[in-house]
Amino acid sequence: MAERVLMTEPEIRRALARIAHEIVERNAGVGDLILVGIRTRGVPLARRLAEKLEELENVHPPLGELDITFYRDDLGRRALHPVVHRSEVPVDVNDRRIVLVDDVLFTGRSIRAAMDALMDFGRPRAIQLAILVDRGHRELPIRADYVGKNVPTARDEEVQVRLTETDGRDEVVIVR
Amino acid sequence: MNRRHVLDLDDFTADEIELVMQTTDAMKEVLARPIRRVPPLRGKTIVTLFYENSTRTRVSFELAAKNLSADVVNITASASSVTKGESLVDTIRTIQALGADVIVIRHSQAGAPYVVAQHLRGSVINAGDGWHAHPTQSLLDLYTIRERLGPVAGKSVVIVGDILHSRVARSNVWGMTRAGARVTLCGPATLMPPLGGDGLPPVTVDYDLDRALEGADVVMALRIQRERQTGGMLPSLREYVERYQLTPARLRRARPGALVMHPGPMNEGVEISPEVAYGAQSVIEDQVANGVAVRMALLYLLVGERTTELAAAPAPVGARR
Amino acid sequence: MPEMLIRGGRILDPSQGIDQVDDLWIADDQIAGLGPPAVSRHQNSTQPIVVDATGCIVSPGFVDLHCHLRDPGFEEKETIATGTRAAARGGFTTVCCMANTNPPIDSRAVVEYVQRTAHVTGVVRVLPVAAITRHMAGQELVEMGELAQAGVVAFSDDGRAVGSSRIMRYALEYSKMVDRPIAPHCEDRDLVSDGVMNEGPVATRLGLKGWPATGEEIEIARDILLAELTGGRLHLCHVTTAGGVELVRRAKEKGIRVTAEAMPHHLTLTDEWVAGKRWDGRSAEPYDTNTKVNPPLRAEADRRALVAGLRDGTIDCIATDHAPHTLVDKQCEYDFAAFGLSVFETALGALLRLVQAGDLDLPTLVSRLTVDPARAYRLPYGTLRPGAAADVAIFDPSAEWVVDPSQFASRGRNTPLAGQTLRGRVLVTIAGGRIVHLADDRRLAQTPSVREHVR
Repeated sequence: MAERVLMTEPEIRRALARIAHEIVERNAGVGDLILVGIRTRGVPLARRLAEKLEELENVHPPLGELDITFYRDDLGRRALHPVVHRSEVPVDVNDRRIVLVDDVLFTGRSIRAAMDALMDFGRPRAIQLAILVDRGHRELPIRADYVGKNVPTARDEEVQVRLTETDGRDEVVIVR
Repeated sequence: MNRRHVLDLDDFTADEIELVMQTTDAMKEVLARPIRRVPPLRGKTIVTLFYENSTRTRVSFELAAKNLSADVVNITASASSVTKGESLVDTIRTIQALGADVIVIRHSQAGAPYVVAQHLRGSVINAGDGWHAHPTQSLLDLYTIRERLGPVAGKSVVIVGDILHSRVARSNVWGMTRAGARVTLCGPATLMPPLGGDGLPPVTVDYDLDRALEGADVVMALRIQRERQTGGMLPSLREYVERYQLTPARLRRARPGALVMHPGPMNEGVEISPEVAYGAQSVIEDQVANGVAVRMALLYLLVGERTTELAAAPAPVGARR
Repeated sequence: MPEMLIRGGRILDPSQGIDQVDDLWIADDQIAGLGPPAVSRHQNSTQPIVVDATGCIVSPGFVDLHCHLRDPGFEEKETIATGTRAAARGGFTTVCCMANTNPPIDSRAVVEYVQRTAHVTGVVRVLPVAAITRHMAGQELVEMGELAQAGVVAFSDDGRAVGSSRIMRYALEYSKMVDRPIAPHCEDRDLVSDGVMNEGPVATRLGLKGWPATGEEIEIARDILLAELTGGRLHLCHVTTAGGVELVRRAKEKGIRVTAEAMPHHLTLTDEWVAGKRWDGRSAEPYDTNTKVNPPLRAEADRRALVAGLRDGTIDCIATDHAPHTLVDKQCEYDFAAFGLSVFETALGALLRLVQAGDLDLPTLVSRLTVDPARAYRLPYGTLRPGAAADVAIFDPSAEWVVDPSQFASRGRNTPLAGQTLRGRVLVTIAGGRIVHLADDRRLAQTPSVREHVR
């Protein structure tokens, strides 16, 4: 299997810094923001974004973790269920702005599931979406508010995001 | 989890038990939400088929199923020999024809869930069959211990009471030993079944509760029934209380902070004193609460796995392992 | 009837100590003899029917002292017609049918019904066993004198124990006058209660109510003592436990008139089969009601003791306890299922496992199926002696076949052996000089003249 590097460690760092700036600018600060990472790699990305936001604004926004397994629309089509983990949303989401964070945006189905999951915790004022890589091929009318990098891909290619926290190093590769 | 049914714990691996425990963690989180409902079993039908009364277990399964957005149908029936009324197999065929993804069955006769499994294309969960097994009870007991004391491996568990007639004791012998605990069975000799050989996994048997409790991490009292006295197996409940009631004094022989458990319903003042049942070491209410989460985990892990197979002929039940 | 020649088989007749490759001649429904044809035999004008038995064992037809033909009253389970055909396929040419029919065999009328029906529809010899007590209720003795005269070969309330020691004593005493054995089903009802499988660790694991070995041994001991007291002839039905074997052994040493039988399933299966054990190593589901039988399948130590007892003659003979049931009797919860197995058609194949395992030699096995049961009930069968009834079983001890209950002649498909491979198969059964079973076997098909004479 051939791998091609799409983003290196410095590129990931710079992309996250830019997204943090865009979040501050768009929301006029971080006052009522909650960052919610989608398991697995959305969680460390959300944590990194929160640190950047703290550097910029001196406020550490609350962090949440979302397991979307229950909300997937492909349950039952798969041979085995994925192991489900707990979701952690530490503060009341009602009337807060939420930035969902995930590594790759592809068909949009995970984001749909994540929004459903989030709605079960309450009624946020707004939900925004931050994504490290947008690889296209959407099947639902979903778009990201903040994008690290847009990458044109073929449908059968696989985009892998590797992060120090989960994989020992930072890089984004495409596998074909 | 690569299985169709949950009939007994004898065929569960330690890894499978751990998977159930981890999934239960996720379910506990759902239960802590303001809206205690998630959608993974939307469109699935769960039938509870109870040949024995048990409000506690039935409601626990019903809540579990509804929390996962399944549709639930409750059926109560009475067990009888085949010549009287509708046979178990007839009932199962009817439920099958009407469509059920899971049957949760409680039955007074050991092995009845295996009969159901042979005639159902969906999944079967044993909610207690005769003296044989009550796997979901054991899993919730394991979860409760793990939640309070950490890993179950190496813990010393004493089960006291009418072992002979207890499906809870049997399933816990399987579940606890598989998870690495040491199990001591304690009770009067007339209520102790033959052990050893090709029966249950190795356990210690002690007729003396005071001795059995030394150093125990967990003490589980079982319900004792009055019929045991009239049937000649016990001289009197008075003598049973004298020798086997879990009292504060006896509990002090166990390790400090040892957990007190009971599968319910309790005969307070018989197998357990009220001070112990409602004391600081009691986790009896946790057991009930955890029951819903464990059953959610099992339903989630079983259902939806084989939607494409449902249209096919029933697989041989031997394939459940 | 033309003469019949069974050619080239290994003739195994323990009644005469014969074990040699030879030809066997049958004439006038009787055994004519071994060896080359005597001149007199050629005086018969027609050519003999020839059965090629090369590579096969030729033994006396098997004698079964204990089976349930269910007729009259339970014809949905079995009839004398289907039951005797199943017996023929198993190599049995004489079967003693138990009294627990409806009405039970406790009067001359029912005895005669069984005899007449067997004569008209049966293919092997049927010898009725009468009840010990009227309606098998354990209260009053049946008319033993009249029943013996009518032709019953023994008395048994099989399926139920005679709870009263007093009635059992009277039965053993009274039966002396008619010289027929009393064959009790030994089960202490109070101790056994509603047990459904052998009491022990496996029952503990399955949560099924235990049927303790002691529940059988208490009544064996009682009945042996009563036989000693009365001098009556006692034949113990289906002994299953190590303790039971030991009691019989001691009784015989003391010279008490006792004989005993053991069943193929108790000699080859254990209570682990209830938990799903099978010979082929692929375990079945537990709680298969086709493992439910009374007395129950016992522990391995009991099975070994039973085989040892069979080998040394403490256990006189093998009987089948063929007990057919309908699907609905068995397709239910284990506790609610009927007791009993369909045994005729698998008996030999199962028993040959004992020979294949080296636990029993073939002549002893054949002896326990032929002359030994005949001696226990003083029947003139189970032998190839010239002049005896021409009852012959021809079997291939190495032919492998897979048990498929849907192919049974018996209406009872209730066997735990479904899907198991057995080695040893009955190819031809001759009862009273008539071919009553002929396996669909290529070697035999080459002698078309045989097929024309199959009844």
